[in-house]
Amino acid sequence: MIEHELSLYINDRLHQVVVDSRRTLLDLLREQLRLTGTKKGCDHGQCGACTVLLDGTRVNSCLVLAVTCEGAHVTTVEGLGTADALDPMQEAFVQHDALQCGYCTPGQICSAIGMLDEVRRGVPSHVSSSLEAVPAVLDEREIRERMSGNLCRCGAYVNIVDAILSQVG
Amino acid sequence: MRPFEYFRPSSLADAAQLGAVSGAKYIAGGTNLVDLMKLGVEQPDRVVDLRDVLEQEIQELEDGSIRIGAGVRNTDLASHPLIRRQYPAMSRAIVAGASGQIRNVATTGGNLLQRTRCVYFQDVSRPCNKRAPGTGCPALESGGLSRGLAIFRTSEECIATHPSDLAVALVAFDAELALWRDGQERRLPLEQLYTSQESAPGRETILEPGEIITAVHLPAPVDGRRSHYVKVRDRASFAFSLVSVAAAVELDGDTVRGVRIALGGVASRPWRARSAEQAIQGAPATSANFSRAIRDELTTAVPTADNRFKLALAHNLVVSTLEELI
Repeated sequence: MIEHELSLYINDRLHQVVVDSRRTLLDLLREQLRLTGTKKGCDHGQCGACTVLLDGTRVNSCLVLAVTCEGAHVTTVEGLGTADALDPMQEAFVQHDALQCGYCTPGQICSAIGMLDEVRRGVPSHVSSSLEAVPAVLDEREIRERMSGNLCRCGAYVNIVDAILSQVG
Repeated sequence: MRPFEYFRPSSLADAAQLGAVSGAKYIAGGTNLVDLMKLGVEQPDRVVDLRDVLEQEIQELEDGSIRIGAGVRNTDLASHPLIRRQYPAMSRAIVAGASGQIRNVATTGGNLLQRTRCVYFQDVSRPCNKRAPGTGCPALESGGLSRGLAIFRTSEECIATHPSDLAVALVAFDAELALWRDGQERRLPLEQLYTSQESAPGRETILEPGEIITAVHLPAPVDGRRSHYVKVRDRASFAFSLVSVAAAVELDGDTVRGVRIALGGVASRPWRARSAEQAIQGAPATSANFSRAIRDELTTAVPTADNRFKLALAHNLVVSTLEELI
């Protein structure tokens, strides 16, 4: 076991921890810091349940080694809102009944927030008909493509898309 | 996962020295390496993080060529105005691969060095000539799974495909790499990065220990050239290609003045269809000519019973992509 001291900000709070070099950001959050809002699904970057915002962009925390996160700013679902003051995207998921079991939901919400920011920054997608149109016009097809890194095994996709569409500014 | 030392050097010289020892692996985005370490396919003793030493910029140089830092993230490369305007096939190739989360982390250099997704390579309980030389290849045995694997054989021992979409587009544009070693930068055509793999499918690139890709150079754009990237896969999104094509065409009236065709999902490396290009160049831009040219190129393919469909797929995809560009 080879350990490293690590300082990083999680939901704007500085954490100083000691991590095994093998530890992923996902396991640091869940096992060491007990921030269990972020979920482990496949642990191979395919399901998106572990999605968090790392320095503002959405990433699979299961594929990030914690030791590489020195000085980084991580936002998890716990940092988005509180039970009394939900983030607008959380509120939209509630209003649109965009879940069944809820396991994929923290990842879906973090991913949707990161995705909308990508669109504002002009990131194209596979289904964007023109690479010249910036930013892309978000319709159902665009949302489904841009959210393809988040699986929902209950199949709540119809309402997930509606919830995200309601937040397109 | 086996324990490993972790280093985060602040200079290329330190990175080269730390990475030159046996058992060391470089990490940039890590989206492929970390996955392979979890699977036990990669078992480095030492991981050297390149995040502080790789170039992160995309620059237009005086001669009109473009230098892309090896540390530029896939999302940022696909979104860059110069790339989407002058090299649309590259933007299209990037967004045709992986997911938003992975593209945000994966780097330009790492994308080119990712390993095959052949199921046998990724499963350490199975033999694999690429992962464990000489143990055999279940994909080549009867009943083996080879639907997604190569039709152009570069090795008798392995039919794994190179998984990158970006590399296919870059090969079509004659991209070059900037490689750093012993304090010197050298240039190498990207196509020559990948070995023929004839007798050693595990040795995929010509990179020496401690050698680092620092940038990718794109030749200046050509007036009147149109380019496109089309990918066919088993599902609509977030899947590796069965066959993909990067193509670029310049016309002179009804005649093809220049053409580039590179195929993905068909070989151990991006497959530049040079004989098809030669047949098309200087000839009238007709579907019949395109069809004949790619049909001839495909005569050297050796498909398995499982992936014979790729012959018709590659043919139709090349013809329809070229038709779209004229």
